[in-house]
Amino acid sequence: MIGIEHYLVVSSILFVMGVLGIFLNRKNVIIILMAIELILLAVNINLVAFSVFLGDMVGQVFAMFVLTVAAGEAAVGLAILVIYFRGRGTIAVDDINQMKG
Amino acid sequence: MIQIFAFYLFASVVIASGAFTILARNPVHSVLWLILAFFNAAGLMVLIGAEFIAMLLVIVYVGAVAVLFLFVVMMLDIDFAELRGGFMKNLPLGLALAAVFLAELIFGIGAYQAGNIALGEHALNPARMGASNIQAVGELLYTRYIFLFESAGLVLLVAMVGAIVLTHRKRVGVRPQNIASQVRRRPEDATRNTQPVVGEGVDL
Repeated sequence: MIGIEHYLVVSSILFVMGVLGIFLNRKNVIIILMAIELILLAVNINLVAFSVFLGDMVGQVFAMFVLTVAAGEAAVGLAILVIYFRGRGTIAVDDINQMKG
Repeated sequence: MIQIFAFYLFASVVIASGAFTILARNPVHSVLWLILAFFNAAGLMVLIGAEFIAMLLVIVYVGAVAVLFLFVVMMLDIDFAELRGGFMKNLPLGLALAAVFLAELIFGIGAYQAGNIALGEHALNPARMGASNIQAVGELLYTRYIFLFESAGLVLLVAMVGAIVLTHRKRVGVRPQNIASQVRRRPEDATRNTQPVVGEGVDL
């Protein structure tokens, strides 16, 4: 029988994989953005699983908002990536230090 | 029985494709693995009866976000081998951190399974009244959460405007078609009737 724990384990493995992806591909912004998408996917699986197993629809509504924000984040992130590449000719994250933050 | 088989199929494929997303050498392959992960996550959500979010995942993520990633990856001319420089250096620390993190999460899930945590009331549940999933989501979305829904639309609008403003550039040195000036042009501005004298020619 598939319970909520199965879904939680899948989503936590996916979440950790996203975090690991950010760690491993420290230089490549595109892979980092994809890892963020994986993290948000794991969060969505979590929300939907709890929503269904607790019988409360609000989780699915919230998952939809997470989806919206993820789409906006990907669009703006890739736009920043494109203008950065246009100016510098590379997308290595290590070299992004112009603002001395 | 078939549900259990489907769950393990979807779950294993989603985890495997997530792993290949972060490990693939070529970012184009990464995007394709990401698409596979989205499809299988949608399958997981269909299994527990959340069809609307599943279809949204396929349409929004696979249809828009992943294709956007694919566009950008193919548009930029980058030496990706060079960007993988720190991969092996970061591997031990990253794996250790991921292991700790995963252990904590699994421990949390075990604690959740063992104890009985009160997680709020289930008052808002149209699904209990026999409505389908999409109907239930719609009933919540268009009544109780209508302002949140509209602000989600606003978020998308701002993201779209921001992306366009960031990437748009005015190119100098090209002469694009100016439709307004073409439409504005009248015959009397452009042509002239003359009655040239014989043998004199036209004065241009």
